[in-house]
Amino acid sequence: MRPVNAVIREVAEENPTVRTFRFDPSFDPVPGQYLMVWVRGTDEVPMGFSYRDGITVQSLGEATEALFGLGPGDSVGLRGPLGNGFDLVGDRILLVGGGVGAAPLALLGERAREDGLEVTSLMGFRCRSDLIFRSRFEKMGDLVITTDDGSEGVCGRASVGLERLDPGSYDQIYLCGPEPMMIDVIRRCHGSESKIQASINRYIKCGMGVCGSCCLDPEGIRVCVEGPVIRADRLLESEFGRYKRGPSGLKEYCGR
Amino acid sequence: MAILSGAVGGLVLRNPVMLAAGILGTTGSSLRRAARAGAGCVVTKSVGATPREGHPGPVVVQVEGGLLNAMGLPNPSYKIFQEDIDLARQGGVPVVASIFGDGPEEFAEVASGLDADCFELNLSCPHAERYGSEIGCEPSNVEDITRAVKKNVDVPVWVKLTPNVADIVSLGKAAQRGGADAVVAINTLKAMAIDVETGRPILGNRFGGLSGPAIKPVAIRCVFDLSATLEVPVIGVGGISSWEDAAEMILAGAQGVQVGTALAGGYGIFGEITAGLEHYLVRKGLTLMELRGAAGRTP
Repeated sequence: MRPVNAVIREVAEENPTVRTFRFDPSFDPVPGQYLMVWVRGTDEVPMGFSYRDGITVQSLGEATEALFGLGPGDSVGLRGPLGNGFDLVGDRILLVGGGVGAAPLALLGERAREDGLEVTSLMGFRCRSDLIFRSRFEKMGDLVITTDDGSEGVCGRASVGLERLDPGSYDQIYLCGPEPMMIDVIRRCHGSESKIQASINRYIKCGMGVCGSCCLDPEGIRVCVEGPVIRADRLLESEFGRYKRGPSGLKEYCGR
Repeated sequence: MAILSGAVGGLVLRNPVMLAAGILGTTGSSLRRAARAGAGCVVTKSVGATPREGHPGPVVVQVEGGLLNAMGLPNPSYKIFQEDIDLARQGGVPVVASIFGDGPEEFAEVASGLDADCFELNLSCPHAERYGSEIGCEPSNVEDITRAVKKNVDVPVWVKLTPNVADIVSLGKAAQRGGADAVVAINTLKAMAIDVETGRPILGNRFGGLSGPAIKPVAIRCVFDLSATLEVPVIGVGGISSWEDAAEMILAGAQGVQVGTALAGGYGIFGEITAGLEHYLVRKGLTLMELRGAAGRTP
């Protein structure tokens, strides 16, 4: 499809570096799916849905900075919903998010509650002022918050908060956050990898499985169409947690 | 599938259906996956002398009958690409390195720095300044660059031609004079799409190259003309998305075919095309060689 013209209806500041943009028109995404967001004159970048009609974005690079310069009434071009989203499985689920990775999980949790599932959330942030979507997660069920500096909830990464829960007791675990945090959670849930679905980040350009810039070694999984949600047992057989490819295809090794 | 095996452009392939350059060819793992999915050989994404990040997005737009792209030759440079070629080779089929440069010296440098089973010279990418069709539209450049690469490697050299010229056959003749083992036709057609809401060109690079079913008749005509004139084999590419398309391209004179845009439908395309071609040949009681160029021999 060509990019659809979408008007920004509302912008909400979630924390000092994270904003939510709500669009007209609305979409019907499977939680975990994404949009290619064309910030005209700058670039086109992939962004996961945080609402049926919205994305939640951290200002990180040129395109997101340009997006932050837009307000209600301005427009962007959108392609989507794209990719393979989360699959709701079982009756009791656990959401584990880190930072802005909480965004697609908030949409997923709300969908799960509509379907009658029991939802527990474990969300990690750097500090209290970074918290996003607290009330959305509280409405779904139990919420454990962790912060790196201990200013709110449990002190430490989201993976540390796992010790407060019994990961094995959930039918399915859904993950989205920084790669080192996700690989840490997957390793701590050893033996349950096939019950973990993770939404991962790779260099997505075409969004239709042809250009190859997002492929995972060594099996060549096309993250833009076979992901961004991929089961943890497949991720453990891949480059995930070790390196990813940048714009030119050069490997960028993950810092811890 | 013995019926499909044979020589294509100086390589011996299990079947003549290849992965085209620029599609799922950035990493050795995706190339190997294409090989394991049934491709007769795989062509890498074009690599050059220095790393490039490519054009800003959008880099791909879906349009009527195909895709418009302006990736902008993103690549990590030949200096670190060998490990991906080596991984791709685990797929068990020849790996063709697509390379680009700004002239004979740079092409020769890139080719000399890689160990591949064949080279495909990208003299036809329509959207990168100083590269591709900007130099490949001149027959003398095509001849000089082909000769320079041939002098530096001892594997087959294919030359991928641009259709964005008045006379593609003159480019094919130039490649042949330079010593090419085959020509590959066609690269994408220079094209553009504009966002009517804002009046802005959609591609980050403003214009790009059109691929997919829309360009197949153009490719068929180019392959027909080239194969009627040249002594070296022609490899057909442009809009092939079914076994019928592949058969049509071979009837036009192609010794092999490449599949690109149709990969948007998944890796299963290789199995579909090879199985369909095989049934067709059996049904017609023809060999691949008898099929090739038959359209030019009809009364």
